[in-house]
Amino acid sequence: MNTTLQQFNVEKIRTDFPILQQEVHGKPLVYLDNAATSQTPTVVIEALQKYYREYNSNVHRGVHRLSHIATDAYEGAREKVRRFLNASSLQEIIFTKGTTDGINLLASSIGRGLIKPGDEIVISAMEHHSNIVPWQLMCEDRGARLRVIPINDDGEIIFEAYEDLLNERTKLVSIVHTSNSLGTVNPLRQIIDLAHNKNVPVLVDGAQAVPHTAVDLRALDCDFFVFSSHKVFGPTGVGVLYGKKEWLEKLPPYQGGGDMILNVTFAGTKFNELPYKFEAGTPNIADVIGLGVALDYVQQIGYDAISSWENELIQYALKRLQEIEGLRFIGNAKHRAGAISFVLENIHPHDIGTILDREGVAVRTGHHCTQPVMQCFKVPATTRASFAFYNTKEEIDLLIKALYKVIEMFS
Amino acid sequence: MDELRDLYQEVILDHNKNPKNYFQMDEATHSAEGHNPLCGDQVEVFLKVDNERIIDISFQGHGCAISKAASSVMTTMLKGKTITEAKKLFEKYQHLITAEMSEAVDLHEYGHLAVFAGVREFPMRVKCASLSWHTMLQALEEKKEIATTE
Ligand SMILES: Cc1ncc(COP(=O)(O)O)c(C=O)c1O
Repeated sequence: MNTTLQQFNVEKIRTDFPILQQEVHGKPLVYLDNAATSQTPTVVIEALQKYYREYNSNVHRGVHRLSHIATDAYEGAREKVRRFLNASSLQEIIFTKGTTDGINLLASSIGRGLIKPGDEIVISAMEHHSNIVPWQLMCEDRGARLRVIPINDDGEIIFEAYEDLLNERTKLVSIVHTSNSLGTVNPLRQIIDLAHNKNVPVLVDGAQAVPHTAVDLRALDCDFFVFSSHKVFGPTGVGVLYGKKEWLEKLPPYQGGGDMILNVTFAGTKFNELPYKFEAGTPNIADVIGLGVALDYVQQIGYDAISSWENELIQYALKRLQEIEGLRFIGNAKHRAGAISFVLENIHPHDIGTILDREGVAVRTGHHCTQPVMQCFKVPATTRASFAFYNTKEEIDLLIKALYKVIEMFS
Repeated sequence: MDELRDLYQEVILDHNKNPKNYFQMDEATHSAEGHNPLCGDQVEVFLKVDNERIIDISFQGHGCAISKAASSVMTTMLKGKTITEAKKLFEKYQHLITAEMSEAVDLHEYGHLAVFAGVREFPMRVKCASLSWHTMLQALEEKKEIATTE
């Protein structure tokens, strides 16, 4: 334990996050809602400032000095993302508004480009609404069918059921890497191998993976991968869609407009090459640059250190929560990361959330945009504590203390 | 903790544990379902109306303590009231739970509803406190539309 503590100086890391230094309702802020959005280190905030103070201008368009600097910084961020994901080519990195936007892009392009009536898309029962609704809309539009891999009582996918769902009509498997409401980490290696054996491409929703674990896309070999900047210590409003080049070349564009074209006449338009074919309009330049800085920042801390510290936090939190009478975990996967969901007997999560807030503890209560998960576990909502590397065991103690206050109030 | 005690008064906690008029009313003349997508609260309100008067009212569903107590208290307050009186009471209640903190409110005017005065210190919880009331109004409205076409 001491070795981790020595390697991982959490108190020093916390000074990189000005927002964590404040009090809420007169109590020190205990931020345990990292799965909803993570906090932003000073280096990122400063990068955003620098952009607006020094070189704000449009990219790929001007011959003037500022446009040149902005273009270099924007494209530099693309290279940072490529390295971060260990993707083979810059052409495979598309900037989006976020995970939701990336999935909608794919659902639209795959729908128009590849899907015929009777085709099937496979997702799991633990998906975020953003990995459900775009496919429902597309399936309805194309006369296709959405199939759902069920989960067991621990919140893990039932692998045999997945095997049975794959068939010659399956056109895509879209699956979450790490569940935001259960904390489950899915066995992606097996999921992807099985799909690839049947020549089915796989999209991985990595929104809750990248804050906690290193991703190596060349090793993982998924065909598409999406994540959001604001969950990995970057600014809001930006995300990444990775797609294998051979797939992205096959797919029709998503939105039309500036930047995504080579040549426009009223007879027709020739689309730009990758990745620009999928980046219509002026992008979110400042925040893309901020994302690049955030990725540098996490990599500097290092995912080995992050994983082992977070694992220590999660094990400690599970142990302390377990001691509370009447507390039930929602999700008990063997392989987990990031979030712990639970319910307290006879106390609604919304009441828990309000009382914790007055103790300075920020958690998420509700269905976490995963209503089907709530239906699986027959609860209307849960309380979720979700962690980042800047959290401490003392904060977990404060969470536990606040939960005892809730119980006292409702007893 | 003081504001929390304002919000979670004993009466509210009691109604949460033992809600009044908590059943599905098969002979209801009006009913509607209300959802609060933020927290997953869901409530169904049933009314039996005769000659513009609410002769019976009940609710069902799941929700937080505030929403459950609000539904429970609402049913006890509205039984026997005319529709016009019910709407007036809702306006009054709405004011109680959303008034600025600087504004003085005379709790004596509010009868049993006064226990919800603490809600205004918690703007995020106003929806919980008003969901069943909105649902009750919707139930009355919807049926009315049908009634006028008959
Ligand atoms: C697993 C997962 N997928 C997708 C999303 C959607 O991300 P965003 O809202 O940033 O588009 C989230 C965010 O809550 C998530 O946790």
